Amino acid sequence: MADLPIRPTDRRRRRLLASLGALGAGTLLSGCDWTKSQGVQDFLGRTEDLTQAAMRLVSSREALAREYPTSAIADTFRPNGSIQPQTDAYQALVDNDFADYKLAIHGEVANPQALSLAQLKAAPARTQITRHDCVEGWSCIGQWTGARLSDLLDRAQPTENAKYVVFHCADHLLGAPEPYYESLDMIEAYHPQTILAYGLNGADLPVANGAPIRLRAERQLGYKMAKYVMDIELVNSFADIQGGKGGFWEDRGYNWWAGI
Amino acid sequence: MSDTPSQSKPSSQVVKRHGLTTRLWHWINAVCLLVLLMSGLQIFNAHPSLYWGNGSDFDNPIMTIGAQLGDDGDPMGYMAIAGWQIPTTGVLGYSGPEGAKQARAFPAWATLPDSQWLSLGRQWHFTAAWVFGLLLVGYLVYSIISRHRRRLIGVHRGEMSQFGHAVAEHAKLRFSRVRDYNIIQKLTYLLVLAVLLPLMVLTGLTMAPGIDAAWPWLTYVFGGRQSARTIHFISAFSLIGFFVVHVLLVLVSGLFNNMRAMTTGGYRVDTPSTSTDKERDHG
Repeated sequence: MADLPIRPTDRRRRRLLASLGALGAGTLLSGCDWTKSQGVQDFLGRTEDLTQAAMRLVSSREALAREYPTSAIADTFRPNGSIQPQTDAYQALVDNDFADYKLAIHGEVANPQALSLAQLKAAPARTQITRHDCVEGWSCIGQWTGARLSDLLDRAQPTENAKYVVFHCADHLLGAPEPYYESLDMIEAYHPQTILAYGLNGADLPVANGAPIRLRAERQLGYKMAKYVMDIELVNSFADIQGGKGGFWEDRGYNWWAGI
Repeated sequence: MSDTPSQSKPSSQVVKRHGLTTRLWHWINAVCLLVLLMSGLQIFNAHPSLYWGNGSDFDNPIMTIGAQLGDDGDPMGYMAIAGWQIPTTGVLGYSGPEGAKQARAFPAWATLPDSQWLSLGRQWHFTAAWVFGLLLVGYLVYSIISRHRRRLIGVHRGEMSQFGHAVAEHAKLRFSRVRDYNIIQKLTYLLVLAVLLPLMVLTGLTMAPGIDAAWPWLTYVFGGRQSARTIHFISAFSLIGFFVVHVLLVLVSGLFNNMRAMTTGGYRVDTPSTSTDKERDHG
């Protein structure tokens, strides 16, 4: 995952940059504060809706992300973001090989669920070799096996009000007080390649990659694919959850629509 | 038409070189490309390595920009490409004012925003990309249907034979003021308009996982997402190369005349001694 955005406070540096303005319009552009002002951020952020609408327009609901042959699988699937959640509760789950793990599916559902890892592994599954695209720019190919989220959601029976599926996680990335979380809308949640993966490259999902389960949403960037998923909540709006933008990185300025 | 005797002195007249569409597109596009370049460098800085194929072979990048401790114990910036490591301290890898140098691939003066801020760099990039992409599609359509544009920039039958002569004239910095572009200009603008700029859009789209699901053929055409990212980078720097040559030639071949052609549209051309030579129509 990306580093935290760093906001500049160094006025000396800014003055120096401004004095280099003669070098060209490029320096002028970057030396000025307005390129980072809240108004500019809000204005630029509006294109996200346009991007999402355009992608939905050219793509069918079920259009599949490309799947690759086994020869394309990377030797090591690069672990990123949290690689070892620090809470006692999570460590207790690891110590017991996740025998005590229960995935809750609750919120705007008629039939809340509490599923053990064994129950998840017994659910309708899908195995796919896909490319993981990090927002930073790199890609890594791995083979994922997991329970199809659509089947699990059908069991829980989302209500009419359910618009988003929120994934609450065990890790506190970058020492944040609140745990990692992410959200998908119902279209991405019901996509055939959207799975809760418990297997990577034919073995159990390692802790570094999100054990016991991580989300795979193959038409989105890596930060959408929450690791260490503990709890799935269906909501009508995520405005009241943490920073209100629908995810850990979204609360820190990244787009909710992570298809680009 | 009066039948005056021919004058010996060469004369000139101002013709309309560029229509309003071309002039508007040119300047809006210039701003878009600057924003796209600088925000693109900001995005590149988040992972300053390039690869070939679908996935990233982290141990074997084609090119990487980084910082490490030098022999003297001080941090140094470098660019590694094809087994060569070039020291680039102060510009690439490690840069900034004295006492506040940072490890960052491209320096602050080249990125938008100046500080390391990937999410905002992406917002700038995608907003400018929308304007750039839509205007490019519109302008390409216009260039095809406009007779004026076709005449100015289109390569006509037999014209390729003038290539050698045009190269020689350019090498001597001798530029004749004529109505239509010469063959070098035509080929260059066609390369930029029909190849480089569309390539930027298509390789950019290939990097979006949502677009790859809609149009998987993109990942095959460019040899994978990481190849597309590398081509995106190379094309961007090809455009910088074009920009440098473009500005130099504008300067040496008549700055005022060229700027007027791209602002009010008027361009002074040398005409033969009499006015009886009607404008040729290339058809």
